[in-house]
Order: sequence, then structure tokens, then C-alpha cells
Amino acid sequence: MSKQVRQRERVIIRFAGDSGDGMQLTGDRFTSETAEFGNDLSTLPDFPAEIRAPAGTLPGVSAFQLHFADHDVRTPGDRPDVLVAMNPAALKANLQDLPAGGDVIVNTDEFTPRALSKVGYDANPLEDGSLDAYQVHSIPLTSLTVKALESFEITRKDAERAKNMFALGLLSWLYHRPVDSTLAFLERKFAKTPELAKANVAAFNAGWSFGETTEAFTVRYEVKPAAMTSGLYRNITGNTALAYGLIAASVRSGLPLFLGSYPITPASDILHELAKHKRFGVRTFQAEDEIAGIGAALGAAFGGALGVTTTSGPGIDLKSETVGLAVSLELPLLVVDVQRAGPSTGMPTKAEQSDLLLAMFGRHGEAPVPIVAASSPADCFDAAVEAARIAVKYRTPVFLMSDAYLANGSEPWLLPDVDALPDLRVDFATAPNHEKDDGTPEFWPYLRDPATLARPWAVPGTPGLEHRIGGIEKADGSGNISYDPGNHEMMVRLRQAKIDGIAQDIAPLEVDDPTGEAEVLVLGWGSTYGPIGAAVAAVRAEGGHVAQAHLRHLNPMPANTGEVVTRYRRVLVPEMNLGQLSMLIRARYLVDAIPFTRVRGLPFKSDELADAIKDVIEHERA
Amino acid sequence: MSVPEQRTGLSLVPVADTKGTKKEYTSDQEVRWCPGCGDYAILAAVQSFLPELGLRRENIVCISGIGCAARFPYYLNTYGIHSIHGRAPAIATGLATSRPDLSVWVIGGDGDFMSIGGNHLIHALRRNVNLKLLLFNNRIYGLTKGQYSPTSPAGMLTKSTPYGSVDHPFNPVSLALGAEATFVARTIDSDRKHLTETLRMAAEHRGAAFVEILQNCDIFNDGAFDVLKKPETRDTHVVRLQHGKPVTFGANAERGVRLTGRGGLEVVDTAKVAQDTLLVHDVAHTEPAIAFMLSRLGNVDDGVTPIGVFRAVERETYDDQVQAQVDHAVTNDGPGDLAALLASGDTWTISS
Repeated sequence: MSKQVRQRERVIIRFAGDSGDGMQLTGDRFTSETAEFGNDLSTLPDFPAEIRAPAGTLPGVSAFQLHFADHDVRTPGDRPDVLVAMNPAALKANLQDLPAGGDVIVNTDEFTPRALSKVGYDANPLEDGSLDAYQVHSIPLTSLTVKALESFEITRKDAERAKNMFALGLLSWLYHRPVDSTLAFLERKFAKTPELAKANVAAFNAGWSFGETTEAFTVRYEVKPAAMTSGLYRNITGNTALAYGLIAASVRSGLPLFLGSYPITPASDILHELAKHKRFGVRTFQAEDEIAGIGAALGAAFGGALGVTTTSGPGIDLKSETVGLAVSLELPLLVVDVQRAGPSTGMPTKAEQSDLLLAMFGRHGEAPVPIVAASSPADCFDAAVEAARIAVKYRTPVFLMSDAYLANGSEPWLLPDVDALPDLRVDFATAPNHEKDDGTPEFWPYLRDPATLARPWAVPGTPGLEHRIGGIEKADGSGNISYDPGNHEMMVRLRQAKIDGIAQDIAPLEVDDPTGEAEVLVLGWGSTYGPIGAAVAAVRAEGGHVAQAHLRHLNPMPANTGEVVTRYRRVLVPEMNLGQLSMLIRARYLVDAIPFTRVRGLPFKSDELADAIKDVIEHERA
Repeated sequence: MSVPEQRTGLSLVPVADTKGTKKEYTSDQEVRWCPGCGDYAILAAVQSFLPELGLRRENIVCISGIGCAARFPYYLNTYGIHSIHGRAPAIATGLATSRPDLSVWVIGGDGDFMSIGGNHLIHALRRNVNLKLLLFNNRIYGLTKGQYSPTSPAGMLTKSTPYGSVDHPFNPVSLALGAEATFVARTIDSDRKHLTETLRMAAEHRGAAFVEILQNCDIFNDGAFDVLKKPETRDTHVVRLQHGKPVTFGANAERGVRLTGRGGLEVVDTAKVAQDTLLVHDVAHTEPAIAFMLSRLGNVDDGVTPIGVFRAVERETYDDQVQAQVDHAVTNDGPGDLAALLASGDTWTISS
């Protein structure tokens, strides 16, 4: 049967099922096929913190959303065009996001009276007309898969588990995806159990063939490849990109990478990734707690390593005292905060940007720390390199901010030319830098470089430079213990001036204002970059004028930030918190920044953001 | 991937052309402990003993936490960090794991090691990181001016326990043995010879070496260990553990220790029992159980206190194994290639 083929500019698919249904894997594979095909894309995995919540329940639903298009994609999409629901719980948890007319593909085998009542359905929604507004494709995915695998010597349970590959096969057919990488992946994944490998391949092929033959689908879709800069690409998640960025910083600086970390969602994957790369000299230390993680990283930094600790908000709380010590010791240290919804345990797998002020101020005493934030999954690579550059050059701890959305989300990444990455080589101190009154040479650990105000980094093993440093206030220059009031005043101001001075060494804040007619500036930081960009594009498409700027550096902010935020009549600051950046902008530049805040644990929807921008524009016009 | 045997704690540390002097190991900073503090004796012993190891001074690092004892690094002319209360073992773990060529010494008081940093201590011991951890145990909080500590005896009257402490104390040697430390010893600040001997054995041990130094605080807990120091009581209260020798004490070894057969130890008159029934001390016993029993012998006030090495066994160190994994990866897979790493996994080319 030949099917009609329709063109689509963009499609958003959400795979949803039980935590054990393999939805993340299914989403990952569809993403790889899509990337290989050449669409631009963005993904959003959305899964519970529980490893296996009770089967068939609403808390156990795991979802993966993918947005792909023939043009530049900035977000995982607001609302799916297609919902794949593997059970009643997945349908119930996700249906409200589906616009009328959307496609729903359901696994009818799971719509039993018991499963329906478990999630509070009084009647079967497939039969009671409640889905009339949607294009429902009722398919017995489980039984079709089991039937297709009858000839294989595998258990019924294994056959049932292959239903996600059947679904993937069907969706791959529906959207003309290339399948070779998935077939190769299945061979690799089940290399130790060839019968399972063959069965999963068969399930995938059965799903594809089902699409060809069934009357449930009369149309196939095509989404043409997007026009992208030429080069070599891969798809990458934020956590992997961040780990690679750290390795790149190690290679480019010549400093061995030392990670001290304690497992925590959603940061643990950075630890897992780095632990694989020992051939780069990477040492990963899974510490007894968060405090030991950063302590060990700081100890390694004293010895000349690129010291890194990775965590999420609760871990930052615990590390604060050691960050303060690093400020006092003036040693390079990277503190990676993959933010999640708080306070306290909050929602460990959900994103938020509510640690900005914690990174900014969460220490006793005057303890300034530079802050660098990543704006997209692939940008985590560049942000890590930049954070390392500042840490190493200025001998300071640096916060590198990511979040749960960036960590697990993915996008195509144009691979950088490694030789063009910044040169981060360090000049360690090798000789005395001062003379005693009698002319004897000596080493002063706090004699600063006049340009950067950074102190010399003298590592153990260097003869003649033996010195002691600590958390007690130090005399300017010599570094000896000092309780002198004037010295303390000077040291507090020197440490602040060193961090403030970094503003001269970072790129100015760029403003995207194509017509130059905008009166409203949208200012963001971190993972809101995609949604803000999509919203700004939507406003402009309707003829609106709006400018966009995005901060990579939150402390210090670029030197021209004050000029930028005072150039526009209104500054709108969308944030996934209750207005932390807008508070900083107001305090620093006396600008009446308007916060637009959401704390749902999910990225902004670009249409609600577009509405907010239009409201401000309207208000200005009125 | 195994680590070569017969390494000592100092095997990978570069040796000096000429032995240093105590003067060279003494920094120019004025020592600021209270006059009469036991820390002076320990500092003098360490300043004299470190040069004898014949190491390059720049490859020695001393890391401390917070407290009176923690000022120690400022007075040693080596590399040093005065860090945060309790965290020195963690910081030192990072340094030792990334720099096998350093001899790393960690100084802490009973607040540092037994209280706020107890977790880091037990994990450093269990991992067997190549660190020398010196506990200056004066059984009191000195720098905060006289509160009881986790090693203060129950009932002790202090500023924060005006009705007497109801806290059951830690026995640091028992704790270290419980954490399966590979080297555990106890010594006394005023016994220079024993202190130096003990530190030398700790330095040579490959792995985490834990040494409890009983140290007098003459301001807030003066005389806490007098019974172990005064000529009229010390022989009857100090049990000097010696590897391969029967465990005896008293001026003429008239008292001894033997296993009871009920899983415990008892103190006996050596004249009344057969010599071959006395416990022969074995620091290398694979199981820490008998060493643990010895650590439980009596207490300072009414019984006996063993000093010396309780346990010294070989076990691969954390830092050596980390290094071995790195070396193995580099040897087997070749050094890392950044461009290849970035391009790993599924890639595709877009051509214009």
C-alpha cells in the first residue's frame, strides 16, 4: 500500500511510558537517527528521580521530548505534535500538553481495567470519546511485538520489553529516519546475548513494516534536513559536553585533571564520563562526602592539578566553606553546579536557576567568586573551557553553572578545531620573587602580578619556594599571618579588585537587535537562552521589535553591561527562579528590570515567554 | 595493574643531595603556642627528625585543619596548608593522589580528627592513602578556650560541661583499627625517643599511617597524662608494645598480658604464669582483632596504656592504584587524543 507523504517544517514528538519501558533509550535512538539525517534538533528528557517507581503509576512516568526541524531549533518545543503513550499513566500525565488535533499513539495492550483504575480513569479513554479532539492510533504494541518475536528463543518478558523497539521502528518509518545507526547500536548493546540482539532488531523491523502495511497510518512525513554550518557534527548532552570541556581545558593547560566529587543528581554523569578517560591522565576521586570532594580538588590544585568538583545545589551548600578557603588561598578551582529545583532535596531531576545568588554570595566574609554559565547543552563545552581559563589565569575558584535541563538535554554540536581552543598554559613560579633586607632571595606567595592581581602559583617540589598558606588573613606580599587592621582592609579590597578586573578580560555583552528599533531588551542567563531566542524570533515574526542579550559571565558581568541595560526603556529578565538576576541588575545598575519567573522544574515555554515580551512592548507603547 | 611490592612510604619521594638540618626545617615564623604546651616538644622532634629522612625538603608537605595543633605547618619550613576545621585529610588525599612524589603529613587535634573531621579520617584510613596522620590528642578544646572534646573522659568538668560530661569518649587507636588502618601507633609528646622512633616507622610505612600523640595542654587540661610520665607511676602504667616480644610492663617486666580464651585480654603477674602463655605482639597480623583488644586495655586513670605500634600491615594504597590505572590506560590505549575524543560516538558531516 503506498502512503501519502507530507512535508513538515518541524515536528515535536514525546515518548512517554513507565520508568521501565525504555523511553529514554527510545528517545536517544530516535535523536541519533534524526541527527544523522541532518535535522536540527533539541531534546528534553523528563524522568522521575525514583529509579523504578511502582509500575503503571503517574509518578513512574518517564518521558523524552524531541523537537526536530528543517531550520534552526532552539528549544525542545512547547507542545508535542505526537504523543507516544505506552500505558494509561503516560497518557494521563501528558495529554494536557498535546494541542487539539495532535497525534496520539497508544499501546492498547496496557489499557486494562486494572491499569486504568490505577491512574483514576473511570472509563477507557480510548472508548469513551474523551480523545475525540486528537488523531488516535490504537495499536496493540506489546502483543504485536510478542507475536513478531515468537520464533526467537527468548523469554516472554524479554519479548515484551522489546516493544519500545517496535515503537521506535514505527516512528522511524513514519518520519523517514535512517535506521543503520540504531541497528548497529542494538548489535553493540546486546553483543553478549546475540539472540536478544536479533530479537530487538526484529522488533524494530516489525515496527517499521507495521507502519508500511497498517491502515492506522495513511500518511508519512518528511522533514527536510536543516541548513547548518558545514563540518563534523555529533549529538551531545550538556553533562558530556561539560566533561569534554574539562578534559579540553586539561589538555590545553597541560595541567592534569583531578575531579573530587560525590554522586548527586543531576551532576553524576560528569563523574561517570570523566572516570572513563584515564588515558588523558584524568583522576576521579569519588569522595566520602561533598566536602571531601572539593577539599581533595583543592589539595590537588595546590599540587599543580586542574582541580574540579561537580555537584548540584545541596552539594554547593556543603562546599561553601571550602570555596571560601580557595578564595583565601587564591588557587585555581572549578566548582560545577548542575542546578536542580530546590530548596532542600526539592526535585532532583528538574531544572531551576535558583542557585545564582548562592554562587554569588553563599559564603561568609567578603569572598568574591567568578561565575560562568552555560547556555545550551553543547555550550557546556565552551563554558567549561572559559571557566578554567579564568580559574587558572586569576588563581581563583570559579563557579560553572549548568542545570538539569542542560545536563540531560541534547543538541547537535559542530565539533571545534581543538588547535583553535584557547591556550591555557600556566607559568608556575620557579624562582624567588623578593629579597630580604639583607639581600637574601626569598619567595613571597602573595606578591601579585600587577596586571591580573593574581598571585604566583608555586607547587610543591619546587626548591627554594617552600611556603605556607592558609585561611587566616595574610600579610600583603609575604603571605605571613597578619591581624593588622590596615592589611586586612587592603587584602579584602585586593581580592575584590582581582575578580572585578576580570570584566576587562571577557567578551562584551552582545546585543541582538536587528532593526535597532527595539525599546525592550530581554536579558537572560543560562539555559533560558533557547526559549528566549525562540520567543524573540516569534515576536519579531509578528512585526514586534525586541532586543536580546544573554550573559555568559555573571560575576563579574561584562564591562558594557551597564551601558546595555540602560540603553533600552525596559529590561525584561526571564529566569527559572524568583528574580535573582533581576535583583543583581537592579542593585548594580539602578535599572528597573522586570522579572519574569517560572519555577516548574521545566524550561520556559517559548509562547508564554513571547506573550510576556509582547505585554511589555504593549505597555511601553501605551 | 598491580603496584610493585616493597615500596616504602618514601619510595617515590626524591632524595636530597645532602641531609638538611633542623635549622633549615624551621620557618622564620614566631611560634605562638602557650608556654609549656606539649606541641613545642612535638614540633622540636619533627624539625629534628624530618631532615634525617634525607628527602628533598621541597617535596614535603604539611597540611592541618584548625585548632592549636593546626598552626604546626607555619613553623615547618616545607610546603604547607593551614586549612579548614576537620578537612585536612580530604585535602591531603587530593594532593597525595595527584602527586606521588610528595611526602604528605597531616596534623590534627582531637577536634579536627575525632569530631568535625571524623568522617574524612576514617575514609582516608580505609582507602589507605599514603598520608602520615598525626593526632595531637590533649583531650580538650584549647583554641576555643576549654570545652570538652570527643576524647575527654566522661564526667570531665569543663566550661561547656559544668555538671560533668555525659559524652562517652572515642579511643582514637580503637577507632583507627576499626577503620582498618594499615598503620596505627600511639606515643607521648614528652618521650622524644619513642616519639621520633614512631614517626620514623610511620614515614616508612606505605599507606595511611595514624599516630596518636598524647599531648599535654597545660592551660585547660594540665597533667592529663601525668600518670604515664611521672617516674613513680609510668612503669606500672605504660605498656611499651614491641613487635615479636611478649607484652609486658613494670620496671622488671613483672606484669604481662595474655589472651583469656574468652576472646579478651587479661593482665597477669609474669612470675605466676608460664612465659609462653604471654601474648607475643605481632604488628603484622592480618586481622586487627588482637590489636584492637590491646587498644582497649585499661585507661589512663586506673589502668595501663599501651604505646608503640599496634598494627603495621601491607595493603595496596589508594594513590598507587589510581596511578596504576592511569599508567595502564596510557600504556594500553595510548595517550588521550582530544580531537578523537570529541568525535567519538555517532558523527555526521554536513557539507555546504
